[in-house]
Amino acid sequence: MAVLNVNGKSVQASADPRTPLLWVLRDTLGMTGTKYGCGIAQCGACTVHIDGVATRSCQVPLSATNGKKITTIEGLAQDGKLNKIQAAWLANDVPQCGYCQSGMIMAATALLAAKPNPTDADIDAAMTNVCRCGTYQQVREAIHAAAKA
Amino acid sequence: MTIQTSLGRRGFLASTTAAGAFSLGFSFPWASAQAAEVQELNAWVVIHPDDKVVIRIARSEMGQGTLTGLAQLVAEELECDWSKVTTEYPTPSENVRRNRVWKNYSTGGSRGIRESNQYVREGGAIAREMLIAAAAAEWKVPAAECKAADSKVTHSSGKSATYGQLAAAAAKLELPKEVKLKDPKDWKVAGKPLKRLDTLPKLTGQMTYGIDIKMPGMLTASVRACPVHGGKLKSFDAAKVEKMPGVKQVLSIDNNAVVVVADTYWNAKQALDKLPVEWDVGKLGEVQQDQITAMLKEGLGASEAFVGNKAGDARAAIDGAAKKVEAVYSFPWQHHVNMEPMNATARFTREKCEVWCGTQNGEAALAAAAEAAELPVAKCDVYKTILGTGFGRRGRADYVRQAVLVAKQMPGTPVKLIWSREEDMTHGTYHPTTMCKLTGGLDKDGNLVGLHVRISGQSILAALLPQNLQNGMDPAVFQGFANGGPEAAYGYTVPNLLVDHAMRNPHLTPGFWRGVNTNQNAVYMECFMDELAEAAGQDPLAFRMKMLKPKYAAVLKAATDKAGYGKPLPAGHFHGIAQIMGYGSYVAGVAEVSVSADGVLKVHKITAATDPGHVVNPAQIERQVAGSFVYGLSAALYGEITLKDGAVEQTNFDSYNVMRIDEMPKVETVLAPSGGFWGGVGEPTIAVAAPAVLNGIYKATGKRVRELPLMHQELKKGA
Ligand code: FES
Ligand code: FES
Repeated sequence: MAVLNVNGKSVQASADPRTPLLWVLRDTLGMTGTKYGCGIAQCGACTVHIDGVATRSCQVPLSATNGKKITTIEGLAQDGKLNKIQAAWLANDVPQCGYCQSGMIMAATALLAAKPNPTDADIDAAMTNVCRCGTYQQVREAIHAAAKA
Repeated sequence: MTIQTSLGRRGFLASTTAAGAFSLGFSFPWASAQAAEVQELNAWVVIHPDDKVVIRIARSEMGQGTLTGLAQLVAEELECDWSKVTTEYPTPSENVRRNRVWKNYSTGGSRGIRESNQYVREGGAIAREMLIAAAAAEWKVPAAECKAADSKVTHSSGKSATYGQLAAAAAKLELPKEVKLKDPKDWKVAGKPLKRLDTLPKLTGQMTYGIDIKMPGMLTASVRACPVHGGKLKSFDAAKVEKMPGVKQVLSIDNNAVVVVADTYWNAKQALDKLPVEWDVGKLGEVQQDQITAMLKEGLGASEAFVGNKAGDARAAIDGAAKKVEAVYSFPWQHHVNMEPMNATARFTREKCEVWCGTQNGEAALAAAAEAAELPVAKCDVYKTILGTGFGRRGRADYVRQAVLVAKQMPGTPVKLIWSREEDMTHGTYHPTTMCKLTGGLDKDGNLVGLHVRISGQSILAALLPQNLQNGMDPAVFQGFANGGPEAAYGYTVPNLLVDHAMRNPHLTPGFWRGVNTNQNAVYMECFMDELAEAAGQDPLAFRMKMLKPKYAAVLKAATDKAGYGKPLPAGHFHGIAQIMGYGSYVAGVAEVSVSADGVLKVHKITAATDPGHVVNPAQIERQVAGSFVYGLSAALYGEITLKDGAVEQTNFDSYNVMRIDEMPKVETVLAPSGGFWGGVGEPTIAVAAPAVLNGIYKATGKRVRELPLMHQELKKGA
């Protein structure tokens, strides 16, 4: 039985220690906001924050999460209030199908925390998530809008 | 306009399923209408006492915005307050029970709005008339003196009632036989750049996709089908993995796939990866990619071919022409790469089979479930979730069949079957592969007097819908080359024209891939147009304009004007152009590209014009157009599926790359609606992405790229 700190709460998960955090979140803890897209660190759909750093949870075994602070898409809004990125996403009507957007929002939130006023080049470097609907233009606009907000 | 209404009488049936009992996070049918005070006015419109309006949408939402667009059309006629609108999907089996009152569920071919706009608007208008009639009866005044607006009916005397107050009385009235639809120029909700209705849960992780379904006692299945399409299962050794953590059952389905069912996906997948399996692939296991190429090449010169479009005598005109131009192009297999891998959840008992999944065709999914379950359709139900993209792939119900076949072997237990990305990549229905030889004849003044377009390659209909072939011919192969029609007609007037198809069908399953055959046909025609223009010594735009029919010319002009075509560009930047008609819409694109001295391509900007007839939501069209370039350019840059020993070689994003944000050009959308028709917007623009860029590359480098993807092409000058 492993103990995880997810979205500020301590939760117990019984799973093989080699199980990727992605599947612990989805199947063991029932937190399905974090998505599966590739399982090999390529697409970013599974992005969460581990101690504030945007991390692809399909690559992190349960055993490596001990003592770390995990934030998922479900934990971004505080007291029902969307964070800056989520609010900009809403205002800019960013998602199409939405499947990639949990990962996008987690990556953009980490980017803004590290660089409150990111350039286009910063966005290109940090936002390597795949969006097959092709929302990239709206993602870029919304990050700039969030930086100004 | 006054039209006959075609909607059936309401006949609300309370749901007998447990769908509403699970917390699925997405509005499921009947959940909203189960309370007695909630009133169904007709199939499309449900009104709550608090004025909340539930609009039923039969088409599937997969990112393209059809849910919002269709709701706008209903709300426009209903004259309701947009802030009170929510939506729900009626189940396909409810459609069967109600004599297909919601008509077609199939969501493909950019048909969502263009094919159903009439009857959904009628649905809204009928409900509005019923609410007015209820108010008029209550107030004992003529209905003509009452007006509906903002979810209220008012009378000239000052009387007023909300839709919520009137709904119960309105629901008891007969449906009017005739309603008048609004003139689009009077639209207040439709035609406006409204925000989507389904955004918030996508920002907080609350949206439930098929892959997120949870229910008590549910198990998860991981599947591996024979890597060679058409191959069979020979044997597998369940005992080797049965004792692994979480494993509940190891089984086979359809004699072509093995499945591990476990408590979690990870445990199922771990065991599946260790499961020893032997396949029987026969001769198919010897097929190599170069054989496919040879097969298509042979078709280019074959004497027999299906004729898709013909005018005059192209061969004679070309033979007699002052100048002859010839080129061969090819287009590789493409994978859809849906963001959410295929999945479905099924629960089977001898009395009932239920499926939860994202599907582009709820009725086909229901039929597949019934067939797999060997139960009558009346004992089956499909509950649609939102799709993590569809792109045509989720019109096929193979994954639904698999889920039901697994659940059938574990009666009573809900089983969620998830394809790994690797399974998804290797068991797609691929954008068909074709080659094309184009031969054109120019007279001494540089006019195109004859054109022969020979397509050789794969037919989707032959593989998936053979009943739709016309005397063996696949008419869909000629998308963009058709002789007239409202769908995908050829835009140039060429006095002597022959477009024909030598059908060559490799064993890899083809399928409908967003944009379908317009994609390669636009590459062939629009790149060759540039070759012809050069041979004629003319500018590609001027050369096209001489031959283009008015609507095609207007949209190309709109794009080139906006892009500043012909005006000076930054040093080293070049414009390439392309146009096509697809899915009832006219589209054109201008790509601004540069190629560095060491051959690095950059697409700086795309200017794209669309004439879809009517515009239902300009903001969503802009998003569809921008997204279309991501889809089309991903294919042009990287998209290629190849075969080795009969199996697909690519397995994941590391071997099948797609465009990320750093390569995304700025896309500027020009809407040029000319009215009078309804065209689609989800697909047509994709087709102009590749040819516009390829034509720009030629201007930048002098290299004609006739084979895709671009990642294999050396663009360095002099190389
Ligand atoms: S699922 Fe983790 S990066 Fe794609
Ligand atoms: S919004 Fe659909 S994949 Fe990004």
